[in-house]
Amino acid sequence: MTHLVQTAAPVATAAKPIHILKALNQAITDAMEADDTVIVLGEDVADPEEGGVVGVTRGLSTKFGDARVRSTPISEQAIMGAAIGASLVGYKPVAEIMLMNFVTVAMDMIVNHAAKLRFMSGGQTSVPIVIRTSTGVGLGTGGQHADYLEGWFAHTAGIKVVCPSTPADAYGLMRAAIDDPDPVLFIENMPSYWQKGPPPERGYYVPLGKAATRVEGTHVTVVSYSRMANECLAAASKAAERGVSAEVIDLRTVSPWDREAVLASVAKTGRLLVVHEAVRKFGVGAEIAAEVNEAMFGKLKAPIRRMGSAYCPVPFAKELENIYAPNASAIADAIVELGKE
Amino acid sequence: MADPINGAIARQIYEKVALLKANDERARKVLKAGQLVMPYYSYRGQELIPAAVSTCLREDDYICTIYRGIHDMLAKGMPLKQLWAEIAGRATGICKGKGGPMHLTYPDKGIMVTTGIVGSSLPIANGLGWASQLSGDGRVAVAYFGDGASNIGAFHESLNLASVWKLPVVFVCQNNLYAEHTTYEKGTSAKQVSDRAFGYSMPGVRCDGNDAGSIHAAAREAIERARSGEGPTLIEAMTFRFHGHVYGDADSYMDPALKEAAMTDDPAPRLRAQVIASDAASEAEMAALEARIESEIDEAVAFALASAPPGPEELEIDIFAEEVMA
Repeated sequence: MTHLVQTAAPVATAAKPIHILKALNQAITDAMEADDTVIVLGEDVADPEEGGVVGVTRGLSTKFGDARVRSTPISEQAIMGAAIGASLVGYKPVAEIMLMNFVTVAMDMIVNHAAKLRFMSGGQTSVPIVIRTSTGVGLGTGGQHADYLEGWFAHTAGIKVVCPSTPADAYGLMRAAIDDPDPVLFIENMPSYWQKGPPPERGYYVPLGKAATRVEGTHVTVVSYSRMANECLAAASKAAERGVSAEVIDLRTVSPWDREAVLASVAKTGRLLVVHEAVRKFGVGAEIAAEVNEAMFGKLKAPIRRMGSAYCPVPFAKELENIYAPNASAIADAIVELGKE
Repeated sequence: MADPINGAIARQIYEKVALLKANDERARKVLKAGQLVMPYYSYRGQELIPAAVSTCLREDDYICTIYRGIHDMLAKGMPLKQLWAEIAGRATGICKGKGGPMHLTYPDKGIMVTTGIVGSSLPIANGLGWASQLSGDGRVAVAYFGDGASNIGAFHESLNLASVWKLPVVFVCQNNLYAEHTTYEKGTSAKQVSDRAFGYSMPGVRCDGNDAGSIHAAAREAIERARSGEGPTLIEAMTFRFHGHVYGDADSYMDPALKEAAMTDDPAPRLRAQVIASDAASEAEMAALEARIESEIDEAVAFALASAPPGPEELEIDIFAEEVMA
């Protein structure tokens, strides 16, 4: 199959901005149109159940039929098992686990099976599934509906982890994830489903493992992904007003992450800040910081900094939720401090 | 009560049983002699179940099995040499020595997954069944598991989904009366595993897992039902595991009287006698079959022991389709 592969998201000219939710819906629709083996399952994903709790899969069952788009019981192990089994014999399931915290119920299927069957079978079988899930603070859902757990899966050999932050990337990464021959955990940010941006060009793919430089800068490299990449962009503008120039890299794929792009940027700036919504402790930021430190020790102008959420479950009270995760103003402060070191 | 089964079918089943039994005996012998080191879960006593089920399956039907599942694989057609090389951890193994005795795969014969996690064969069998349903190729998926697995969530989620979606799946519980070290009664609230099918609106069939005719009848009906689109069946095949949970455990938790009685009533020689009595095979033919199996196992073991282990580069291969610097 030939398809357009570009690292910078091309946008259809003179088209109206669309939100991330619509971009995801278009990507799955286009993938299903292009390939009969793409199938969809998950809780409430079919149209009689409203096409998903927020509507990412709305319209698919009507368009492609009940055989290919199936609402499931609330049985995360069964959902993942069905996806894995079908994928072993030629299908490309897109399985929705409604919220990221619910993946905990299906960890055995994801970690012990989806991620390992290629290796344990000596390459005889593969598991080309996409596990779509959604998470993120901001909607007052408390401790069991908003965690970022990408670090667990990045730590698991055999599964890729993708976290888009724009509509065009959401589309392009989803197309790439569906076509990928291995399992991909696709993490969507719940509060930014309705975030608008330039629409994707239909049929375009964002290669997995390639970061995007959102804004170029000279003093500090800021590495992030998912909603936090947008917070970092806003923070970079604030920092620029205070005289510090930040280069913002959106990883887009957390595992495998674009080491080359990050190292090239840090080689230029000599300073690195990693920002994610997952709890800071033992997070993805620690791995990136350690890798960059090993590669560039002696060339760094300041110690690498990390920002992440507080070491506690996501709190409910709005006042606590507001300060739980990093935000643009805290990130801007960190950029400025780091830039002056 | 043994269901009647004709001599030709009994013979076909016994041919598999003889291989399965001899292979288990050899595995324990090789372990005892220290020729190989591996975690080994003996299935001695349970051979008739997959042997009878497999005679009702097509070559392209699927199975998902578990760590105590080498009998299930051999009955479905796993090649001996590559099996032995795999459990020996050699590069010539069916999974290049990277899976081992608990994780064998052989898609050519529909052996899709072997799991070391209790209960995890069922959810994946559903997915294979879903694929058959979508493609209309008529394939059936069998999930093998033990009585202990009927207490884990995956079992219940899987039966429910298979029933709701009418999947062409047959759930075969080999009830050997022990969940690892714990007796059936101590760990299972249901009087029998097959009763659990009732809650999922599918047939629950209990059969004598030590009688070829009884298993064959249950399996044939369940497989036909699955293939014709009528949905899943739960089969509970009653049997007895002659040895401890894992090779080397003291099995002090097993009732010695029960064990002795089961071993005295060994279903394998019983089936052998039944075949000879039915005139489907002579004693001489049986002896020749068994001798051939022994020599095939000899060859397989020698092949495995002479093979080289996988090279260190294999640590970086088969993580993903393309090598990725993660």
